[in-house]
Amino acid sequence: MNSMDGVLDRALASVQDKVQSRVPVDRQVKAAHLMEKAKRLAGMSKPLVFTEAPIPDPADVPLTQIDVSNPFMNRQGQWYPYFARLRDEAPVHYLAQSPFGPFWSITRYDDIRAVDTNPDVFSAEPYIVLGPPPLDIEMFIAMDPPKHDVQRKAVQGVVAPKNLKEMESLIRERVQDVLDNLPTDQPFDWVERVSKEITGRMLATLLDFPYDQRHKLTYWSDTISGTAEGTGGTTHQDDFYEATGELARSFMALWHDKAARREAGEAPGFDLITLMQTSDDTKDLISRPLEFLGNLTLLIVGGNDTTRNSMSGGVLALNQHPEQFEKLKADPSLISNMVSEIIRWQTPLAYMRRVAKKDVHFGGQFIRKGDQVVMWYASGNRDERQFENPDAFIIDRPNARNHISFGFGVHRCMGNRLAEMQLRILWEELLQRFDKIEVIGEPGYVQSNFVKGYETMMVQLTPKSSD
Amino acid sequence: MATVTFVAYDGTTHEADLVEGESLMEIATGQAIPGIDGDCGGEAACGTCHVIVDNEWISTTGRRTDQEEQMLDMSSECEENSRLACQVVVSDGMDGLKVRLPEFQM
Repeated sequence: MNSMDGVLDRALASVQDKVQSRVPVDRQVKAAHLMEKAKRLAGMSKPLVFTEAPIPDPADVPLTQIDVSNPFMNRQGQWYPYFARLRDEAPVHYLAQSPFGPFWSITRYDDIRAVDTNPDVFSAEPYIVLGPPPLDIEMFIAMDPPKHDVQRKAVQGVVAPKNLKEMESLIRERVQDVLDNLPTDQPFDWVERVSKEITGRMLATLLDFPYDQRHKLTYWSDTISGTAEGTGGTTHQDDFYEATGELARSFMALWHDKAARREAGEAPGFDLITLMQTSDDTKDLISRPLEFLGNLTLLIVGGNDTTRNSMSGGVLALNQHPEQFEKLKADPSLISNMVSEIIRWQTPLAYMRRVAKKDVHFGGQFIRKGDQVVMWYASGNRDERQFENPDAFIIDRPNARNHISFGFGVHRCMGNRLAEMQLRILWEELLQRFDKIEVIGEPGYVQSNFVKGYETMMVQLTPKSSD
Repeated sequence: MATVTFVAYDGTTHEADLVEGESLMEIATGQAIPGIDGDCGGEAACGTCHVIVDNEWISTTGRRTDQEEQMLDMSSECEENSRLACQVVVSDGMDGLKVRLPEFQM
Protein backbone atom coordinates (compact mmCIF):
# COMPACT_ATOMS: atom_id res chain seq x y z
CA MET A 1 0.00 0.00 0.00
CA ASN A 2 1.52 3.36 -0.93
CA SER A 3 1.15 6.46 1.20
CA MET A 4 -1.44 8.09 -1.07
CA ASP A 5 -3.60 5.04 -0.64
CA GLY A 6 -3.30 5.31 3.13
CA VAL A 7 -4.35 8.96 3.05
CA LEU A 8 -7.41 8.14 1.02
CA ASP A 9 -8.32 5.27 3.34
CA ARG A 10 -7.96 7.46 6.40
CA ALA A 11 -10.00 10.19 4.77
CA LEU A 12 -12.71 7.70 3.89
CA ALA A 13 -12.73 6.24 7.40
CA SER A 14 -12.99 9.66 8.99
CA VAL A 15 -15.72 10.76 6.62
CA GLN A 16 -17.62 7.54 7.28
CA ASP A 17 -17.37 8.11 11.04
CA LYS A 18 -18.66 11.65 10.81
CA VAL A 19 -21.45 11.06 8.37
CA GLN A 20 -22.66 7.72 9.75
CA SER A 21 -25.45 9.43 11.64
CA ARG A 22 -26.26 12.27 9.26
CA VAL A 23 -26.03 11.20 5.66
CA PRO A 24 -28.64 8.79 4.27
CA VAL A 25 -27.31 5.33 3.74
CA ASP A 26 -27.70 5.27 -0.05
CA ARG A 27 -25.57 8.42 -0.38
CA GLN A 28 -22.90 6.85 1.80
CA VAL A 29 -22.80 3.82 -0.47
CA LYS A 30 -22.44 6.11 -3.45
CA ALA A 31 -19.62 8.07 -1.82
CA ALA A 32 -17.74 4.90 -0.98
CA HIS A 33 -18.21 3.71 -4.54
CA LEU A 34 -16.81 6.93 -6.01
CA MET A 35 -13.84 6.73 -3.68
CA GLU A 36 -13.16 3.16 -4.67
CA LYS A 37 -13.52 3.98 -8.36
CA ALA A 38 -11.09 6.88 -8.04
CA LYS A 39 -8.54 4.60 -6.41
CA ARG A 40 -9.01 2.03 -9.14
CA LEU A 41 -8.62 4.58 -11.93
CA ALA A 42 -5.54 6.02 -10.29
CA GLY A 43 -4.05 2.52 -10.24
CA MET A 44 -4.06 2.45 -6.47
CA SER A 45 -6.32 -0.54 -6.11
CA LYS A 46 -6.48 -3.53 -8.37
CA PRO A 47 -9.57 -5.70 -8.32
CA LEU A 48 -8.91 -9.31 -7.44
CA VAL A 49 -9.69 -11.69 -10.31
CA PHE A 50 -9.69 -15.47 -10.05
CA THR A 51 -9.02 -17.61 -13.10
CA GLU A 52 -9.91 -21.27 -12.97
CA ALA A 53 -7.13 -23.80 -13.40
CA PRO A 54 -7.17 -27.55 -12.74
CA ILE A 55 -6.53 -28.22 -9.04
CA PRO A 56 -4.00 -31.02 -8.45
CA ASP A 57 -4.80 -33.92 -6.13
CA PRO A 58 -4.07 -33.07 -2.49
CA ALA A 59 -1.38 -35.75 -2.23
CA ASP A 60 0.64 -33.88 -4.89
CA VAL A 61 0.75 -30.59 -2.98
CA PRO A 62 3.18 -29.89 -0.10
CA LEU A 63 1.20 -29.67 3.13
CA THR A 64 2.35 -26.12 3.84
CA GLN A 65 1.01 -24.92 0.49
CA ILE A 66 -2.47 -26.40 0.72
CA ASP A 67 -4.93 -23.58 0.00
CA VAL A 68 -8.55 -24.52 0.65
CA SER A 69 -9.65 -20.92 -0.02
CA ASN A 70 -9.41 -21.55 -3.77
CA PRO A 71 -12.92 -20.63 -4.99
CA PHE A 72 -12.93 -23.48 -7.54
CA MET A 73 -12.44 -26.27 -4.96
CA ASN A 74 -16.12 -27.14 -4.81
CA ARG A 75 -16.70 -27.01 -8.56
CA GLN A 76 -13.80 -29.38 -9.16
CA GLY A 77 -14.85 -31.77 -6.41
CA GLN A 78 -11.57 -31.26 -4.56
CA TRP A 79 -12.66 -29.74 -1.27
CA TYR A 80 -13.42 -33.01 0.48
CA PRO A 81 -10.16 -34.80 -0.43
CA TYR A 82 -8.20 -31.71 0.62
CA PHE A 83 -10.08 -31.41 3.92
CA ALA A 84 -9.56 -35.12 4.59
CA ARG A 85 -5.80 -34.65 4.27
CA LEU A 86 -5.82 -31.60 6.54
CA ARG A 87 -7.91 -33.37 9.19
CA ASP A 88 -5.46 -36.28 9.25
CA GLU A 89 -2.14 -34.49 8.90
CA ALA A 90 -2.64 -30.88 10.01
CA PRO A 91 -5.98 -30.30 11.71
CA VAL A 92 -4.88 -26.79 12.73
CA HIS A 93 -3.16 -25.74 9.53
CA TYR A 94 -1.34 -22.52 8.70
CA LEU A 95 -1.16 -21.14 5.18
CA ALA A 96 1.39 -18.33 4.98
CA GLN A 97 0.27 -16.86 1.67
CA SER A 98 -3.06 -16.67 -0.09
CA PRO A 99 -5.05 -14.06 -2.02
CA PHE A 100 -6.75 -13.41 1.34
CA GLY A 101 -3.54 -13.19 3.33
CA PRO A 102 -2.27 -15.80 5.78
CA PHE A 103 -4.86 -17.86 7.63
CA TRP A 104 -5.34 -20.86 9.91
CA SER A 105 -7.69 -23.65 8.85
CA ILE A 106 -9.55 -25.56 11.55
CA THR A 107 -10.93 -28.76 10.01
CA ARG A 108 -11.91 -31.20 12.80
CA TYR A 109 -15.40 -31.15 14.31
CA ASP A 110 -14.30 -30.87 17.95
CA ASP A 111 -11.80 -28.12 17.22
CA ILE A 112 -14.35 -26.09 15.24
CA ARG A 113 -16.82 -26.32 18.10
CA ALA A 114 -14.11 -25.23 20.55
CA VAL A 115 -13.28 -22.13 18.49
CA ASP A 116 -16.93 -21.29 17.83
CA THR A 117 -17.82 -21.37 21.53
CA ASN A 118 -14.93 -19.18 22.65
CA PRO A 119 -15.74 -15.61 21.57
CA ASP A 120 -13.42 -14.23 24.26
CA VAL A 121 -10.43 -15.56 22.32
CA PHE A 122 -11.79 -15.85 18.79
CA SER A 123 -13.57 -12.70 17.68
CA ALA A 124 -16.17 -12.54 14.91
CA GLU A 125 -15.26 -8.88 14.30
CA PRO A 126 -15.02 -7.12 11.94
CA TYR A 127 -16.18 -9.58 9.25
CA ILE A 128 -16.80 -13.32 8.93
CA VAL A 129 -15.68 -14.13 5.37
CA LEU A 130 -12.07 -14.44 4.26
CA GLY A 131 -11.67 -10.99 2.77
CA PRO A 132 -12.97 -7.57 3.77
CA PRO A 133 -16.29 -6.32 2.42
CA PRO A 134 -15.92 -3.16 0.29
CA LEU A 135 -18.03 -1.23 2.80
CA ASP A 136 -17.76 -1.18 6.59
CA ILE A 137 -21.32 -2.31 7.06
CA GLU A 138 -22.07 -3.51 10.58
CA MET A 139 -23.93 -6.75 11.17
CA PHE A 140 -24.42 -8.72 14.36
CA ILE A 141 -23.03 -11.95 12.88
CA ALA A 142 -19.74 -10.02 12.93
CA MET A 143 -20.07 -8.53 16.42
CA ASP A 144 -18.96 -9.98 19.73
CA PRO A 145 -21.05 -10.02 22.89
CA PRO A 146 -22.50 -7.91 24.41
CA LYS A 147 -23.35 -5.73 21.39
CA HIS A 148 -24.17 -8.82 19.36
CA ASP A 149 -26.71 -10.05 21.91
CA VAL A 150 -28.67 -6.80 21.97
CA GLN A 151 -28.97 -6.58 18.20
CA ARG A 152 -29.75 -10.21 17.64
CA LYS A 153 -32.43 -10.28 20.31
CA ALA A 154 -34.13 -7.33 18.67
CA VAL A 155 -34.79 -9.19 15.42
CA GLN A 156 -34.77 -12.89 16.22
CA GLY A 157 -38.46 -12.91 17.12
CA VAL A 158 -39.41 -12.84 13.47
CA VAL A 159 -37.94 -16.30 12.91
CA ALA A 160 -38.67 -17.64 16.38
CA PRO A 161 -40.52 -20.95 16.44
CA LYS A 162 -43.66 -19.29 17.81
CA ASN A 163 -43.93 -17.04 14.78
CA LEU A 164 -43.14 -19.90 12.43
CA LYS A 165 -46.08 -21.90 13.68
CA GLU A 166 -48.31 -19.05 12.57
CA MET A 167 -46.62 -18.92 9.21
CA GLU A 168 -46.51 -22.62 8.40
CA SER A 169 -49.73 -22.73 6.39
CA LEU A 170 -48.75 -19.67 4.37
CA ILE A 171 -45.36 -21.19 3.58
CA ARG A 172 -47.01 -24.45 2.60
CA GLU A 173 -49.44 -22.71 0.23
CA ARG A 174 -46.57 -20.92 -1.48
CA VAL A 175 -44.54 -24.12 -1.83
CA GLN A 176 -47.57 -25.93 -3.24
CA ASP A 177 -48.09 -23.18 -5.77
CA VAL A 178 -44.47 -23.43 -6.94
CA LEU A 179 -44.60 -27.22 -7.24
CA ASP A 180 -47.98 -27.31 -8.98
CA ASN A 181 -46.60 -25.13 -11.76
CA LEU A 182 -43.53 -27.21 -12.57
CA PRO A 183 -43.32 -28.92 -15.98
CA THR A 184 -43.36 -32.71 -15.94
CA ASP A 185 -42.93 -33.22 -19.70
CA GLN A 186 -39.43 -31.73 -19.99
CA PRO A 187 -36.34 -31.03 -17.87
CA PHE A 188 -36.09 -27.63 -16.18
CA ASP A 189 -33.63 -25.77 -13.94
CA TRP A 190 -34.44 -26.75 -10.36
CA VAL A 191 -32.30 -23.93 -8.93
CA GLU A 192 -34.24 -21.23 -10.77
CA ARG A 193 -37.74 -22.68 -10.59
CA VAL A 194 -37.75 -24.22 -7.11
CA SER A 195 -34.85 -23.32 -4.83
CA LYS A 196 -34.57 -19.63 -5.71
CA GLU A 197 -38.31 -19.19 -6.08
CA ILE A 198 -39.28 -20.65 -2.71
CA THR A 199 -36.54 -18.86 -0.76
CA GLY A 200 -37.34 -15.58 -2.56
CA ARG A 201 -41.03 -15.87 -1.66
CA MET A 202 -40.14 -16.64 1.95
CA LEU A 203 -37.82 -13.66 2.26
CA ALA A 204 -40.37 -11.30 0.75
CA THR A 205 -42.91 -12.57 3.27
CA LEU A 206 -40.61 -12.16 6.28
CA LEU A 207 -39.56 -8.67 5.26
CA ASP A 208 -42.99 -7.63 3.97
CA PHE A 209 -41.14 -6.66 0.81
CA PRO A 210 -43.24 -5.98 -2.33
CA TYR A 211 -44.05 -9.49 -3.50
CA ASP A 212 -43.78 -8.79 -7.22
CA GLN A 213 -40.25 -7.46 -6.74
CA ARG A 214 -38.99 -10.40 -4.71
CA HIS A 215 -36.42 -11.40 -7.35
CA LYS A 216 -34.46 -8.30 -6.42
CA LEU A 217 -33.81 -9.78 -2.99
CA THR A 218 -32.18 -12.81 -4.58
CA TYR A 219 -30.14 -10.65 -6.94
CA TRP A 220 -28.89 -8.32 -4.20
CA SER A 221 -28.00 -11.22 -1.95
CA ASP A 222 -26.01 -13.05 -4.63
CA THR A 223 -24.24 -9.90 -5.76
CA ILE A 224 -23.30 -8.71 -2.28
CA SER A 225 -22.03 -12.09 -1.04
CA GLY A 226 -20.11 -12.79 -4.25
CA THR A 227 -17.24 -10.29 -4.30
CA ALA A 228 -13.85 -11.60 -5.37
CA GLU A 229 -12.19 -9.80 -2.45
CA GLY A 230 -14.54 -11.33 0.11
CA THR A 231 -15.25 -14.86 -1.04
CA GLY A 232 -13.45 -15.42 -4.35
CA GLY A 233 -16.67 -14.83 -6.27
CA THR A 234 -17.48 -13.13 -9.55
CA THR A 235 -19.22 -9.90 -8.52
CA HIS A 236 -17.70 -6.84 -10.16
CA GLN A 237 -17.06 -4.04 -7.69
CA ASP A 238 -19.34 -1.63 -9.56
CA ASP A 239 -22.16 -4.16 -9.33
CA PHE A 240 -21.56 -4.59 -5.62
CA TYR A 241 -21.99 -0.89 -4.95
CA GLU A 242 -24.99 -0.59 -7.25
CA ALA A 243 -26.75 -3.55 -5.62
CA THR A 244 -25.94 -2.26 -2.14
CA GLY A 245 -27.18 1.22 -3.02
CA GLU A 246 -30.38 -0.14 -4.50
CA LEU A 247 -30.99 -2.34 -1.47
CA ALA A 248 -30.40 0.63 0.81
CA ARG A 249 -32.81 2.89 -1.11
CA SER A 250 -35.53 0.24 -1.25
CA PHE A 251 -35.39 -0.54 2.43
CA MET A 252 -35.23 3.11 3.48
CA ALA A 253 -38.41 3.64 1.47
CA LEU A 254 -39.99 0.53 2.96
CA TRP A 255 -39.01 1.65 6.47
CA HIS A 256 -40.57 5.10 6.08
CA ASP A 257 -43.63 3.69 4.33
CA LYS A 258 -44.30 1.25 7.12
CA ALA A 259 -43.79 3.88 9.79
CA ALA A 260 -46.24 6.19 8.01
CA ARG A 261 -48.82 3.43 7.60
CA ARG A 262 -48.63 2.53 11.26
CA GLU A 263 -48.98 6.15 12.27
CA ALA A 264 -52.07 6.35 10.09
CA GLY A 265 -53.58 3.60 12.21
CA GLU A 266 -52.73 0.44 10.29
CA ALA A 267 -52.31 -2.60 12.55
CA PRO A 268 -48.62 -3.52 12.91
CA GLY A 269 -47.63 -6.62 10.99
CA PHE A 270 -45.34 -9.35 12.24
CA ASP A 271 -42.59 -8.69 9.74
CA LEU A 272 -39.00 -7.84 10.32
CA ILE A 273 -39.15 -4.11 9.65
CA THR A 274 -42.10 -3.69 12.00
CA LEU A 275 -40.27 -5.69 14.65
CA MET A 276 -37.24 -3.45 14.33
CA GLN A 277 -39.38 -0.32 14.50
CA THR A 278 -41.18 -1.44 17.62
CA SER A 279 -38.15 -2.63 19.58
CA ASP A 280 -36.40 -0.07 21.79
CA ASP A 281 -32.97 -1.24 20.70
CA THR A 282 -33.58 -0.92 16.97
CA LYS A 283 -36.33 1.68 16.55
CA ASP A 284 -33.73 4.31 15.58
CA LEU A 285 -31.77 1.97 13.36
CA ILE A 286 -32.48 4.11 10.32
CA SER A 287 -30.30 6.83 11.87
CA ARG A 288 -27.39 4.39 12.12
CA PRO A 289 -27.17 3.74 8.39
CA LEU A 290 -24.26 1.30 8.26
CA GLU A 291 -25.86 -0.80 10.95
CA PHE A 292 -29.23 -0.58 9.24
CA LEU A 293 -27.74 -1.72 5.98
CA GLY A 294 -25.64 -4.38 7.66
CA ASN A 295 -28.43 -6.07 9.53
CA LEU A 296 -30.77 -6.11 6.56
CA THR A 297 -28.04 -7.48 4.33
CA LEU A 298 -27.32 -10.15 6.91
CA LEU A 299 -30.92 -11.29 7.07
CA ILE A 300 -31.32 -11.30 3.31
CA VAL A 301 -28.07 -13.16 2.63
CA GLY A 302 -28.58 -15.46 5.62
CA GLY A 303 -32.02 -16.53 4.46
CA ASN A 304 -31.11 -16.88 0.83
CA ASP A 305 -28.07 -18.94 -0.18
CA THR A 306 -28.36 -21.30 2.73
CA THR A 307 -31.86 -22.66 2.31
CA ARG A 308 -31.69 -22.39 -1.46
CA ASN A 309 -28.63 -24.57 -1.77
CA SER A 310 -29.99 -27.08 0.73
CA MET A 311 -33.10 -27.34 -1.45
CA SER A 312 -30.93 -28.19 -4.45
CA GLY A 313 -28.45 -30.27 -2.45
CA GLY A 314 -31.14 -32.59 -1.12
CA VAL A 315 -32.22 -33.49 -4.64
CA LEU A 316 -28.64 -34.13 -5.72
CA ALA A 317 -27.90 -36.23 -2.62
CA LEU A 318 -30.94 -38.44 -3.23
CA ASN A 319 -29.87 -38.90 -6.86
CA GLN A 320 -26.42 -39.99 -5.79
CA HIS A 321 -27.93 -42.29 -3.17
CA PRO A 322 -31.07 -43.65 -4.89
CA GLU A 323 -31.65 -46.34 -2.24
CA GLN A 324 -32.23 -43.50 0.25
CA PHE A 325 -35.03 -42.11 -1.91
CA GLU A 326 -36.69 -45.53 -1.85
CA LYS A 327 -36.28 -45.61 1.93
CA LEU A 328 -37.87 -42.16 2.14
CA LYS A 329 -40.85 -43.08 -0.01
CA ALA A 330 -41.41 -46.19 2.11
CA ASP A 331 -41.31 -44.14 5.32
CA PRO A 332 -42.04 -40.41 4.95
CA SER A 333 -41.75 -39.99 8.73
CA LEU A 334 -37.99 -39.88 8.08
CA ILE A 335 -38.32 -36.41 6.51
CA SER A 336 -37.40 -34.51 9.71
CA ASN A 337 -34.20 -36.44 10.21
CA MET A 338 -33.45 -36.27 6.50
CA VAL A 339 -33.64 -32.49 6.66
CA SER A 340 -30.81 -32.46 9.21
CA GLU A 341 -28.87 -34.91 7.07
CA ILE A 342 -29.34 -32.69 4.00
CA ILE A 343 -28.03 -29.69 5.92
CA ARG A 344 -25.05 -31.75 7.12
CA TRP A 345 -24.30 -33.24 3.70
CA GLN A 346 -24.67 -29.95 1.85
CA THR A 347 -23.19 -27.50 4.41
CA PRO A 348 -24.38 -24.48 2.38
CA LEU A 349 -21.91 -22.10 4.01
CA ALA A 350 -18.45 -23.64 4.00
CA TYR A 351 -16.95 -21.66 6.89
CA MET A 352 -16.99 -18.75 9.29
CA ARG A 353 -13.91 -16.67 9.99
CA ARG A 354 -12.62 -15.52 13.36
CA VAL A 355 -9.67 -13.38 14.46
CA ALA A 356 -7.55 -14.30 17.48
CA LYS A 357 -7.87 -11.61 20.14
CA LYS A 358 -4.78 -12.83 21.97
CA ASP A 359 -1.90 -15.27 21.55
CA VAL A 360 -3.23 -18.75 22.15
CA HIS A 361 -2.01 -22.35 22.07
CA PHE A 362 -4.56 -24.38 20.15
CA GLY A 363 -4.38 -27.93 18.84
CA GLY A 364 -0.60 -28.04 19.28
CA GLN A 365 -0.10 -24.80 17.33
CA PHE A 366 0.66 -21.28 18.41
CA ILE A 367 -1.90 -18.84 17.04
CA ARG A 368 -0.93 -15.21 17.38
CA LYS A 369 -3.09 -12.25 18.24
CA GLY A 370 -4.56 -10.86 15.02
CA ASP A 371 -4.30 -14.11 13.02
CA GLN A 372 -7.25 -15.13 10.84
CA VAL A 373 -8.79 -18.43 11.92
CA VAL A 374 -11.18 -20.17 9.54
CA MET A 375 -13.61 -22.76 10.91
CA TRP A 376 -14.34 -25.05 7.97
CA TYR A 377 -17.85 -26.31 8.70
CA ALA A 378 -17.78 -28.17 5.39
CA SER A 379 -14.92 -30.25 6.79
CA GLY A 380 -16.33 -30.67 10.32
CA ASN A 381 -19.46 -32.18 8.83
CA ARG A 382 -17.37 -34.82 7.07
CA ASP A 383 -15.12 -35.57 10.04
CA GLU A 384 -14.95 -39.34 10.43
CA ARG A 385 -14.17 -38.80 14.14
CA GLN A 386 -17.72 -37.48 14.55
CA PHE A 387 -19.77 -39.06 11.76
CA GLU A 388 -19.49 -42.69 10.72
CA ASN A 389 -19.07 -43.07 6.95
CA PRO A 390 -19.32 -39.27 6.67
CA ASP A 391 -19.46 -38.89 2.90
CA ALA A 392 -22.53 -41.12 2.63
CA PHE A 393 -25.96 -39.55 2.65
CA ILE A 394 -28.03 -41.56 5.15
CA ILE A 395 -31.49 -40.15 5.80
CA ASP A 396 -31.89 -42.03 9.08
CA ARG A 397 -28.37 -41.27 10.32
CA PRO A 398 -28.77 -41.31 14.12
CA ASN A 399 -26.63 -38.23 14.87
CA ALA A 400 -27.51 -36.14 11.79
CA ARG A 401 -28.79 -33.39 14.11
CA ASN A 402 -25.27 -32.91 15.47
CA HIS A 403 -24.20 -31.33 12.18
CA ILE A 404 -22.19 -28.15 12.47
CA SER A 405 -23.78 -26.17 9.59
CA PHE A 406 -25.64 -23.81 11.96
CA GLY A 407 -22.49 -23.13 13.94
CA PHE A 408 -22.30 -23.39 17.73
CA GLY A 409 -22.27 -20.76 20.44
CA VAL A 410 -23.71 -17.25 20.40
CA HIS A 411 -23.65 -16.96 16.61
CA ARG A 412 -25.61 -20.17 16.08
CA CYS A 413 -27.89 -19.68 13.09
CA MET A 414 -30.91 -17.64 14.11
CA GLY A 415 -33.04 -18.94 11.24
CA ASN A 416 -32.33 -22.63 11.87
CA ARG A 417 -35.93 -23.56 12.64
CA LEU A 418 -37.24 -21.62 9.65
CA ALA A 419 -34.74 -23.37 7.38
CA GLU A 420 -35.71 -26.78 8.75
CA MET A 421 -39.39 -25.99 8.35
CA GLN A 422 -39.02 -24.85 4.75
CA LEU A 423 -37.10 -27.98 3.83
CA ARG A 424 -39.53 -30.24 5.67
CA ILE A 425 -42.53 -28.69 3.89
CA LEU A 426 -40.78 -28.91 0.53
CA TRP A 427 -40.13 -32.63 0.93
CA GLU A 428 -43.60 -33.36 2.32
CA GLU A 429 -45.12 -31.69 -0.72
CA LEU A 430 -42.68 -33.28 -3.18
CA LEU A 431 -43.49 -36.78 -1.94
CA GLN A 432 -47.19 -36.07 -2.45
CA ARG A 433 -46.62 -35.26 -6.09
CA PHE A 434 -43.65 -37.00 -7.62
CA ASP A 435 -42.39 -40.53 -7.95
CA LYS A 436 -39.04 -39.61 -9.36
CA ILE A 437 -36.89 -36.46 -9.27
CA GLU A 438 -34.05 -37.12 -11.65
CA VAL A 439 -31.01 -34.86 -11.99
CA ILE A 440 -29.98 -34.61 -15.66
CA GLY A 441 -26.26 -34.12 -16.27
CA GLU A 442 -23.92 -32.31 -13.90
CA PRO A 443 -25.11 -29.32 -11.88
CA GLY A 444 -23.27 -26.00 -12.27
CA TYR A 445 -21.39 -25.01 -9.12
CA VAL A 446 -21.02 -21.49 -7.71
CA GLN A 447 -17.54 -19.95 -7.80
CA SER A 448 -16.93 -19.15 -4.14
CA ASN A 449 -14.97 -20.28 -1.13
CA PHE A 450 -17.89 -19.41 1.14
CA VAL A 451 -21.18 -20.32 -0.52
CA LYS A 452 -21.21 -24.02 -1.25
CA GLY A 453 -23.89 -24.00 -3.84
CA TYR A 454 -25.38 -24.57 -7.26
CA GLU A 455 -25.88 -22.20 -10.16
CA THR A 456 -27.97 -24.62 -12.20
CA MET A 457 -29.33 -28.11 -11.85
CA MET A 458 -31.48 -29.65 -14.58
CA VAL A 459 -34.19 -31.94 -13.28
CA GLN A 460 -36.82 -34.20 -14.87
CA LEU A 461 -39.90 -34.94 -12.78
CA THR A 462 -42.07 -38.03 -12.97
CA PRO A 463 -45.54 -37.48 -11.46
CA LYS A 464 -46.92 -40.02 -9.03
CA SER A 465 -49.09 -42.55 -10.81
CA SER A 466 -52.70 -42.01 -9.87
CA ASP A 467 -53.56 -45.58 -8.85
CA MET B 1 -36.05 -47.35 40.69
CA ALA B 2 -34.98 -43.72 40.97
CA THR B 3 -36.55 -41.45 38.36
CA VAL B 4 -36.53 -37.90 37.01
CA THR B 5 -39.60 -36.25 35.52
CA PHE B 6 -39.83 -34.04 32.45
CA VAL B 7 -43.01 -31.99 32.13
CA ALA B 8 -43.76 -31.04 28.53
CA TYR B 9 -45.10 -27.59 27.67
CA ASP B 10 -48.63 -28.98 27.34
CA GLY B 11 -48.41 -30.52 30.81
CA THR B 12 -47.78 -34.13 29.78
CA THR B 13 -45.31 -35.78 32.16
CA HIS B 14 -42.56 -38.14 31.06
CA GLU B 15 -40.67 -40.18 33.61
CA ALA B 16 -37.15 -41.37 32.90
CA ASP B 17 -34.84 -43.67 34.83
CA LEU B 18 -32.23 -41.79 36.78
CA VAL B 19 -28.79 -42.76 35.52
CA GLU B 20 -26.14 -41.50 37.93
CA GLY B 21 -23.35 -39.57 36.24
CA GLU B 22 -25.32 -38.86 33.06
CA SER B 23 -26.49 -35.38 32.25
CA LEU B 24 -30.21 -34.63 32.14
CA MET B 25 -29.84 -34.13 28.38
CA GLU B 26 -28.27 -37.57 27.97
CA ILE B 27 -31.02 -39.14 30.05
CA ALA B 28 -33.70 -37.42 27.96
CA THR B 29 -32.26 -38.16 24.53
CA GLY B 30 -31.20 -41.68 25.55
CA GLN B 31 -34.72 -42.52 26.75
CA ALA B 32 -36.55 -40.81 23.88
CA ILE B 33 -38.13 -38.04 25.97
CA PRO B 34 -39.61 -35.63 23.38
CA GLY B 35 -38.71 -31.94 23.30
CA ILE B 36 -34.99 -32.14 24.07
CA ASP B 37 -32.66 -32.07 21.08
CA GLY B 38 -29.09 -31.69 22.34
CA ASP B 39 -27.74 -30.79 18.92
CA CYS B 40 -24.22 -29.88 20.06
CA GLY B 41 -23.74 -33.14 21.94
CA GLY B 42 -23.52 -31.63 25.43
CA GLU B 43 -21.23 -28.61 25.18
CA ALA B 44 -23.72 -25.86 26.11
CA ALA B 45 -23.26 -24.55 22.59
CA CYS B 46 -26.65 -24.90 20.87
CA GLY B 47 -29.32 -24.10 23.44
CA THR B 48 -31.57 -26.99 22.38
CA CYS B 49 -31.84 -28.76 25.76
CA HIS B 50 -33.41 -25.91 27.70
CA VAL B 51 -35.26 -27.01 30.86
CA ILE B 52 -36.77 -25.07 33.76
CA VAL B 53 -35.99 -26.62 37.11
CA ASP B 54 -38.76 -26.90 39.70
CA ASN B 55 -38.32 -24.42 42.55
CA GLU B 56 -37.84 -27.08 45.21
CA TRP B 57 -34.96 -28.63 43.24
CA ILE B 58 -33.01 -25.57 42.15
CA SER B 59 -30.76 -25.57 45.21
CA THR B 60 -29.84 -29.21 44.51
CA THR B 61 -29.11 -28.73 40.78
CA GLY B 62 -27.62 -25.30 41.20
CA ARG B 63 -28.22 -22.31 38.95
CA ARG B 64 -27.00 -21.87 35.39
CA THR B 65 -23.38 -21.05 34.69
CA ASP B 66 -22.17 -18.05 32.65
CA GLN B 67 -21.66 -20.33 29.67
CA GLU B 68 -25.28 -21.53 29.82
CA GLU B 69 -26.41 -17.95 30.32
CA GLN B 70 -24.80 -16.95 27.02
CA MET B 71 -27.09 -19.32 25.11
CA LEU B 72 -30.22 -19.13 27.29
CA ASP B 73 -30.15 -15.34 27.21
CA MET B 74 -31.19 -15.57 23.55
CA SER B 75 -34.35 -17.57 24.32
CA SER B 76 -37.55 -15.62 24.86
CA GLU B 77 -38.67 -18.38 27.20
CA CYS B 78 -35.71 -18.06 29.58
CA GLU B 79 -36.77 -18.02 33.25
CA GLU B 80 -34.98 -17.64 36.57
CA ASN B 81 -34.57 -21.40 36.95
CA SER B 82 -33.68 -22.11 33.32
CA ARG B 83 -30.77 -24.48 32.73
CA LEU B 84 -29.24 -26.35 29.85
CA ALA B 85 -29.96 -30.00 30.61
CA CYS B 86 -26.56 -31.04 29.28
CA GLN B 87 -24.90 -29.16 32.14
CA VAL B 88 -26.95 -30.79 34.90
CA VAL B 89 -25.17 -33.98 35.90
CA VAL B 90 -27.51 -36.24 37.79
CA SER B 91 -26.66 -37.86 41.12
CA ASP B 92 -28.54 -40.38 43.24
CA GLY B 93 -29.70 -37.55 45.47
CA MET B 94 -31.82 -36.26 42.61
CA ASP B 95 -34.41 -39.04 42.74
CA GLY B 96 -37.74 -37.34 42.00
CA LEU B 97 -36.18 -34.31 40.25
CA LYS B 98 -38.74 -32.44 38.19
CA VAL B 99 -38.07 -30.05 35.29
CA ARG B 100 -40.37 -28.32 32.82
CA LEU B 101 -39.73 -27.89 29.11
CA PRO B 102 -40.22 -24.63 27.21
CA GLU B 103 -42.64 -24.50 24.29
CA PHE B 104 -39.78 -24.42 21.78
CA GLN B 105 -36.10 -25.21 21.77
CA MET B 106 -33.86 -22.63 20.11
